[in-house]
Amino acid sequence: MNNDTAVAQPRDLPVGPLGRAGLGWFGVGTLVATEAALFSYLLFAYYYTGAAAAPGWLLEPHPVLKLALPNTILLLASSGAAWYGERGVLTWRRRQALIGLGCALVMGTAFAVVQYFEWRSKTFSLGTSSYASLYFVTTGFHMAHVVVGILVLAAIFGWTALDYFSPRRRLVVSAGVVYWHFVDVVWLFVFTTYYITPYLGFGK
Amino acid sequence: MRAADLRTPAIGIDSVEHQARLLRLWETAPGLKGFFGTVDHKRIGIRYIVTAFVFLVLGGLEALVMRLQLAGPNLSLLTPEQYDQLFSTHGMTMIFLYASPILSGFSNYLWPLLLGSRDMAFPRLNALSYWIYLAAGIFLYVGFLTGNGPNDGWFNYVPYATRDYNPGLNEDFYSLGMVLLGISVTVGAANFIVTAMRTRAPGMSINRLPILVWGTLTASAANLIVVPAVSLAFFLLWMDRQFGTHFYEPAGGGQPLLWQHLFWIFGHPWVYAIVLPAMGMVSDGLPVFCRRPLVGYAFVAMSTVATMILGFGVWVHHMFATGLPGLGLSFFSGASIAITVPSAVAVFAWLATIWLGRPVITTAFLYFSSMIILFVIGGVSGFMTASVPVDWQLTDTYFVVAHLHYVLIGINVFPVVGAVYFWFPKMTGRMLDERLGRWNFWIMFIGFNLAFLPMHLTGLFGMPRRVYTYADNMGWNTLNLITSIGSFVFAIGVLLLFVNVVRGLRSGARAGANPWDGPTLEWSVPSPPPAYNFAVIPTVTSLHPLWDARLSPSATASSLDRGMLLEQGKETIGTTSLDATPDMLLEIPGDTVAPFWVALGASGTFVGLLLKNWGLVSVGVVVTALAVLAWLWPRRALGEREVAS
Repeated sequence: MNNDTAVAQPRDLPVGPLGRAGLGWFGVGTLVATEAALFSYLLFAYYYTGAAAAPGWLLEPHPVLKLALPNTILLLASSGAAWYGERGVLTWRRRQALIGLGCALVMGTAFAVVQYFEWRSKTFSLGTSSYASLYFVTTGFHMAHVVVGILVLAAIFGWTALDYFSPRRRLVVSAGVVYWHFVDVVWLFVFTTYYITPYLGFGK
Repeated sequence: MRAADLRTPAIGIDSVEHQARLLRLWETAPGLKGFFGTVDHKRIGIRYIVTAFVFLVLGGLEALVMRLQLAGPNLSLLTPEQYDQLFSTHGMTMIFLYASPILSGFSNYLWPLLLGSRDMAFPRLNALSYWIYLAAGIFLYVGFLTGNGPNDGWFNYVPYATRDYNPGLNEDFYSLGMVLLGISVTVGAANFIVTAMRTRAPGMSINRLPILVWGTLTASAANLIVVPAVSLAFFLLWMDRQFGTHFYEPAGGGQPLLWQHLFWIFGHPWVYAIVLPAMGMVSDGLPVFCRRPLVGYAFVAMSTVATMILGFGVWVHHMFATGLPGLGLSFFSGASIAITVPSAVAVFAWLATIWLGRPVITTAFLYFSSMIILFVIGGVSGFMTASVPVDWQLTDTYFVVAHLHYVLIGINVFPVVGAVYFWFPKMTGRMLDERLGRWNFWIMFIGFNLAFLPMHLTGLFGMPRRVYTYADNMGWNTLNLITSIGSFVFAIGVLLLFVNVVRGLRSGARAGANPWDGPTLEWSVPSPPPAYNFAVIPTVTSLHPLWDARLSPSATASSLDRGMLLEQGKETIGTTSLDATPDMLLEIPGDTVAPFWVALGASGTFVGLLLKNWGLVSVGVVVTALAVLAWLWPRRALGEREVAS
């Protein structure tokens, strides 16, 4: 019979997501893509407005790095902790997983608190000028993503504590952790834009 | 490794018992729970289509009122303020609440059937995208009905949209409604992308995708990247209006042109997003009535993608008159002219398909083929305004209005109505009346051209768009009267479509599985398709699985009635992105009300933001968060968590 040869007869297919191989992995990829686009438009707004602005537009020609730099390092380190926690799930070491994810959760929360004090230390506010609006709205958007990321980490932490995952059934963990990495990477772009480029001469 | 991790799917043929078992697994429960909880792509698709047609009617009625006002000089049916809200709401409705959702509706309904799958990649996300679309539509229309509709045109330029010039809630309704709608478009786009990449029938490699899939896939990829631009633009506008920020206000160091950039970075790709899937309908539907495969499939598929890639680089052609530097303008002018190349590829492919085929003149054929003419007219007037000096002459005149209606009605509405005639039998199991269909087509076609062809002249004679009336001695009287008459003729044509649909639902002739002798997978299942779509997963060996025996009798034919049974749960097959080799069994979630609650929570949040009622905002956010948590809670049935050891 001619038809027989055409029929796909796959053997030993994974049932549902195994490891990272599942639709959720693609799904979080689309989420990261659209969110990355959102932040690039925010940064575009900054550079576009700044490039055409009159001298004196930068309210902080030499941004104070006292809080921002350590906080950036803290956020990056939290990505490392999340990675360590994910490794714990991958190697079926629940203690390591909980320590890693728990540390990431605490460090992420600490970042948010420090960022709050960073905002308080500013001499300008949302309505002072276009620079001030851009600064607060961009870092505010990032903060909203940090808060969502913290909730995601908390959910993953709780589910890990309930012993839901194994090295093979853990797509949820990997998707959540990659979102947290994304939140951290985006911060590097925001940080570079608002805290580093003034030193390099942008907006002068 | 656990036994439950891997399985070899049983192969078999369709049987009555097998179908009964699948139906039990897939059927949506009756009653309210099923209504709010269904994740069946076919039901969601039809909801999208019906809702979008409701908005088409609303937007159409708004247009008719405006045409009455403009039928003669110095009429006073409408005040200038009413006219502002009408033309803005008309644009918003047609572009955001009709043109895109109608295509999402067809794609939602058709994709799994075209792809040989039992549902979309993310069925719950699909439900969410519909509920949020509905919520955003209601939100925006509550604004309009309470006298707070948008009043600054659909592209809503600052500074007129800012609070100093526009103190009411109008722009706040529009801004927040558009951000809400953006969520719907974005999650829908993500769903289409993953569905196209991962849930095709075995053997449906990337060069065997129906063009409709190419169109919607391309549009979705673009939407994923550009929708954040418009959501951000509207959000920043709302911040400027309500929280005293200075994004768009020069006095505070802001940039009014930032609005235009953010809006059109989104806006132009969006134009392609609302025509490419419709062009896909023509590419897939027209050949069926020409009794031959589409000529130049690969070229048409590639031109779809090329149009979108070029489409990212043309947005400034909406801003030629804003005083940007000449070098920048010439780049965008060049890109806008270059985009005619892939468009022409598609046009010649359609013409060649008709030329080399043996056309069967049906109503659907008339709609699909007339679209080619309208596309060429709308394309050429677009090509004209892509040239900077011509644009300086024509911008903000009725020439542009004529152009954009040829594009949006010609390349969206005509293919969509053709698609209704083409796929209505599949969706309902009944045929539409062909005789009434001819009346429907010719009245729409004549009415449309009567309304909009003379409008090019109105523009060339200098009539600016968006004026609520005009003086007697401008030489525009006759042209405007003709346009008004044409628009009413067109409306009668659209009305006949609805008459035909209602009659078809009640007493249309029964359609079999394949009334048009079509070649693609949706025609291999009963009309209307059962909840599970395919009793066995088909295996595809060509672009035209149902025409294999005719087109290439010696080659291995696609297998439609024998394949994987997948009857142990709500399952379909996951395949690799390029070759469509099966690589996993996908566990499809059951019906759930979580998406409805997420949409409800999000709507509450946005109403709260509008009213600055922070209590309501908090409740909305908490409801949304809890519903998301319930939604994402890892489930054993979906393979998301380990079986307890």
